[in-house]
This record gives sequence, C-alpha cells and structure tokens, in this order.
Amino acid sequence: MRKVVGLILLLVLVGFLVWGVVALIHPFGYPSPSEMDDYIIDNAQAETSNNNVVASVVFDYRGFDTLGEATILFTAVTGVLLLLRTAKRKEDES
Amino acid sequence: MLSKIVRTTANQLIVFILIFGLYVIAHGQLTPGGGFQGGAVIVSGVVMLLVAFNAKELKKSLRESGLSIMESTGALIFAALAFAGIATTFFYNVLVGTPIFGHVPPTGANPGDVWTGGVVPLMNWAVGIKVVAGLSAVVLAMALFSSGEEMEE
Repeated sequence: MRKVVGLILLLVLVGFLVWGVVALIHPFGYPSPSEMDDYIIDNAQAETSNNNVVASVVFDYRGFDTLGEATILFTAVTGVLLLLRTAKRKEDES
Repeated sequence: MLSKIVRTTANQLIVFILIFGLYVIAHGQLTPGGGFQGGAVIVSGVVMLLVAFNAKELKKSLRESGLSIMESTGALIFAALAFAGIATTFFYNVLVGTPIFGHVPPTGANPGDVWTGGVVPLMNWAVGIKVVAGLSAVVLAMALFSSGEEMEE
C-alpha cells in the first residue's frame, strides 16, 4: 500500500517537473529579457563607484546571495573540522 | 617531506604566490577577481607548502584555533558591513561619495582608481580572510587526519 502511494506521488512529482520544464521554459531562439542587465551596465559605476561591474553585482546588488555563499563555506569548514579533528581531549591525557 | 630541491623552490615561490593573491584581493573592485578568487590563490600556496614539507612541519606555524578565529572575524566583518547600510536597505553601499573608497569613476572605460568601490573592497578583504583561513583549516585538518598526527587544541 505504501509502495503504491509512494509510486503515485513520485509520478505526480515527475509529471509536474516535466510539465514545468516543457511548458514554462524559455522559447528557443528568443533573447531573454535584458532590462536588468542594461540597468546594471548603465548605472553600476555611478551607483556603487565600482569599475568592476561583476564585483558590484556580487557584493552590492546581489550581496544577500554572497552572504549565503559565505555561510555555505562556513558550514563546510565547521563540518570538516568537527569530523576530522584528531586532537586529544585534556581529560583523556590525565 | 620531499627533497631539498622541492623545499627550496617552494620557499622561494610562496612569496610570489602570496603577493599575487593579495593583489587579486586588493584590486577586486578594478580587475577580475576578488576575495574568493584571491583567497583561493593564497590557499594554493599553502597547499604547495603542505606538499613540499609535511603536515607536521606546517602545524608549527598554522594552528587551527587561530584559523578558526580568523575565519569567524572575516564572516563578522562581512555581516557588519552588510548591516552598515541597514538605514536604506540591507547591503546598501554606504561609502559611495565619502573619501574612504568613495571616489565615483566616470561611466565607461577609465584608467581606474584604487579608492573606488565603497564597501566592496572592504568586503573583498573580509571574504579573502575568511576563505584563506577556512580553506587552510580544511586542508590542514585533512592532511593531519590522513597522516595520523594530532592537531593542537
């Protein structure tokens, strides 16, 4: 019974995803909307005083995304150090 | 530990790798690159030292507690700079127009000025510190784990 329900749910999910890809994908050959690009290219130097527009997007316009990226790095380092640290504890030595 | 030729070459080469990495971080607002990329360059130098010498030698100069403090400091500086513009929006560039990194360049191609970018250069330094410390700690922990050495508390 659970297998049947799981199978139906899986089919519904896969169908939904395939429908999303087929129906909502950008039509082939047409350029994507470029208002955002034009705005950033025109105004980034005046607004953020950056010559490197990519840096202004990464750290200013989309800074929240970079914050998430930094959080990912922090979490990865924390996990690796938790798993692989080989230091002996003080109470074991005494 | 590898042979004396490799160790001497690594000793000479680490200076140039460090200078190039610091250059990439410091000029993140002018040229391609930035905190993540420059930090990765510096960490590649650390990995070179780790290969040339062994993890036990490198453990004497790089300690995990110091690297942890460095990484947390970088993350806190980054978040604090993000909160500095909270009066307008999160991640608002508050330093544009001020004498500190606030010179506004003309639109279009121009020679470039180091004192531009607002909070972006400071964020580059924060992220650079964070990446260098974090990735060095990861690489050092992996090397010490595989060599069976004990890490300093």
